Amino acid sequence: MLAGYKVVDLSGQLGWLAGRILADLGADVIKIEPPGTDLDGAEWRALNVNKRLLRLDPASPAGRQAIERMIAGADILIETARSGDPDDDWLAPERLSAVNSRLIHVSITPFGRHGPRARWRGSDLEIMAAGGAMALAGNPGGAPLRISVPQASSWAGAHAASGALVALSHRSAGGNGQHVDVSAQASVVVALAHAPTFFDILGETPSRAGSHITGRSVHGAMYRAFWRCKDGYINFVIYGGPAGRRTNKALVAWMAEKGLDLGPLADFDLDDFDPKLATQDEVDRIEAPLAAFFESITKFEFLEGACAREMLGYPVSTVDDIAADPQLEAREFWQDLAMPGGGDERHCGPFYIAGEERPAIRNPAADGSGDAANILRDFGFSNEEITTLLGDNMMDVA
Amino acid sequence: MSTAPQALEGVKVVEFGGYAAGPHIGKMLGNYGARVVHVESHGRPDGFRLEYPPYKDGIAGLNRGGCFALFNDSKYGVTVDVKKPAGLALARRLVDWADVVIENMRPGVMARIGLGYEEVSKTNPRLVMLSTCNMGQTGPRAHTPGFGSQLSSLAGFCGAIGEPDGPPMLLYGPYIDFIASVMGCSAVLAALDESRRTGKGVLIDISQYECGLHFMAGALLAYHRDGMIAERNGNRDAEAAPHGAYQCRQESWLALSCWSDAEFSALAAALDFPDLAEDPRFASIEGRRGNALALDEILAKTLRDRDADETAETLQEAGVGAYRVNTIADLFSDPQLAERRSWRRREHAEIGDQAYLMPGFDLSATPGDIAHAAPVLGGDNDVVFKDFLRLSEEEFDAYAAKEAFN
Repeated sequence: MLAGYKVVDLSGQLGWLAGRILADLGADVIKIEPPGTDLDGAEWRALNVNKRLLRLDPASPAGRQAIERMIAGADILIETARSGDPDDDWLAPERLSAVNSRLIHVSITPFGRHGPRARWRGSDLEIMAAGGAMALAGNPGGAPLRISVPQASSWAGAHAASGALVALSHRSAGGNGQHVDVSAQASVVVALAHAPTFFDILGETPSRAGSHITGRSVHGAMYRAFWRCKDGYINFVIYGGPAGRRTNKALVAWMAEKGLDLGPLADFDLDDFDPKLATQDEVDRIEAPLAAFFESITKFEFLEGACAREMLGYPVSTVDDIAADPQLEAREFWQDLAMPGGGDERHCGPFYIAGEERPAIRNPAADGSGDAANILRDFGFSNEEITTLLGDNMMDVA
Repeated sequence: MSTAPQALEGVKVVEFGGYAAGPHIGKMLGNYGARVVHVESHGRPDGFRLEYPPYKDGIAGLNRGGCFALFNDSKYGVTVDVKKPAGLALARRLVDWADVVIENMRPGVMARIGLGYEEVSKTNPRLVMLSTCNMGQTGPRAHTPGFGSQLSSLAGFCGAIGEPDGPPMLLYGPYIDFIASVMGCSAVLAALDESRRTGKGVLIDISQYECGLHFMAGALLAYHRDGMIAERNGNRDAEAAPHGAYQCRQESWLALSCWSDAEFSALAAALDFPDLAEDPRFASIEGRRGNALALDEILAKTLRDRDADETAETLQEAGVGAYRVNTIADLFSDPQLAERRSWRRREHAEIGDQAYLMPGFDLSATPGDIAHAAPVLGGDNDVVFKDFLRLSEEEFDAYAAKEAFN
């Protein structure tokens, strides 16, 4: 969809997903990395496939000059320079817009390029704290938690891609390029859903709820969200409403099918059950036989069984469960890239299907050194210039 | 209404569906100038209107829900009853008018009511349609109903929160829905760009599950390639130590991390705790990771009586990453979010003054805005059908007589 657009990606980790999204949408994304840096880490690989790799050192005069020339011919630049660092002066938006007025210049920083804390350092932990996400995860009264798989750079990257394309839309309609200032902190806030609105219109401050759902019963009853099963946990909640009632009935029928002791559920009127009015004692009595049932099945049995019965609820997956999920297999979500040293590497395919097709991704390492000359040629470098540059910078590419 | 030039001026968007995953895309487009029409009916209003608090003064009502409002600012609200033939005809006119249709009904529903892509692209070949649902439009579990809050478990997020020996933990709300909406927004804009250039639209199938997995991409590759299984590990990090949240004065918390010996020495100096840097247990990053529990205890004691904001500032000046763990209330006074005007207050017809959230990016030339507060149910029927679709008074009344606006 974005075929023909050129993206120069100078970003560190905070920006990797942005370029990956644009590449998945069809743009020609050139990932620039200094020669010699190790690019084998899983994070780098996962978020930089589908780009073309060019080894150039922005710290060397020749490298910088070449990159600047590429920026002059690019549609979009993605960078993650810290606001106000003298080494990165050459990336100042005012300066680059003079070089290329059509450039969409995307800056991604932890807290944005302006404001009293623009220069503050922030890794995933500090950004998730600043964005409010940690306040909502963890046990009530206990330490706020982050998600152990870092998320802040993904939120920033996803917003950055959208921001770049809003700006591109303006340019396609006859406008100029512009600067897109992405704050990772500000990008995280949407993940909190409507929690901020409780404070805004009612003065209530939602906080972390641990593993239970609270605030649904007028008697203050807590509902379990996570249940032990044979090989891990299942996320299941006794909901009200039509979908909730259908789920609860289907679950009881499933338990009866398996010949399990229904206990108090046997003569419980599920049609009448209203989670809003339940006391903790009632909830505990209903939940006891459910706990026994969940302990008798596996995550996958629950996934398949709940789907067949149109029930709400999902297992708590770990990465190995996800890797084996038949739904992803059926939609050809995974794509295997042949590695130069032999063997395949399995990646997430593009995040969408367009016209019933999921586009294929390509391998930056396989293209890597061999493609460098082509990339430079695409940006208008002469053969002589390419030889000079690659001679200086490119020979040590592994 | 904002008067600044807007990037998406002239772009026409129609939404079918409700809750977060579809409408949040339209809201983002609306923030940058697109004309976005949110379609509901009196029989089936958006589920966020009645099922989700908070409500103005705590009293539920169709137009009192702050949750619905938060994801529907900068849009026009109409009621169209597609179960009535006249309503369906009107919906079709809306779709023919649109550049973009966003829908998050269950797979197959749009086609069943006669608004599927194959059908509507006959009369509007430039149309970009984005369908978003839990599992995507195809596959053995395509029709599984589901809440984003629980889908966040299936995609691995909930299992990655908590202590290693404790249970998984909840994320507040449908975390994964917003991953899919922000990524979906990119897909819509890319498809729209192509449609403008080629005159050819496209149907985009978004699985919220698959979008979520892109936020786990590194962990998934580490499994596929190296057999590593990512597990919840409190606030610990594979590299940095210390790396955690520590309680400070007045029940506030401070998040901080050290990624090198230099940063650790700077932390010790900034906290007036030189002994810490000289403790042999903590002399190397490996030592700090290996003795993380002891280190955390010392830091917890040291930080307990300090002010979180002042300490964050002191540590940042010393070159150490630190930030107050913002509570939900703190988000409304955070200086960086204030600088960006992330929250913008608009007056809603029934809720009154409410803060709406701008996306995480600022554009220098076409800055975007919260154009106006969220619509009341069917509040813009007149302007959308008479001004945008140019129905005559007679036509409009005829549709009304046939109960198209129910």
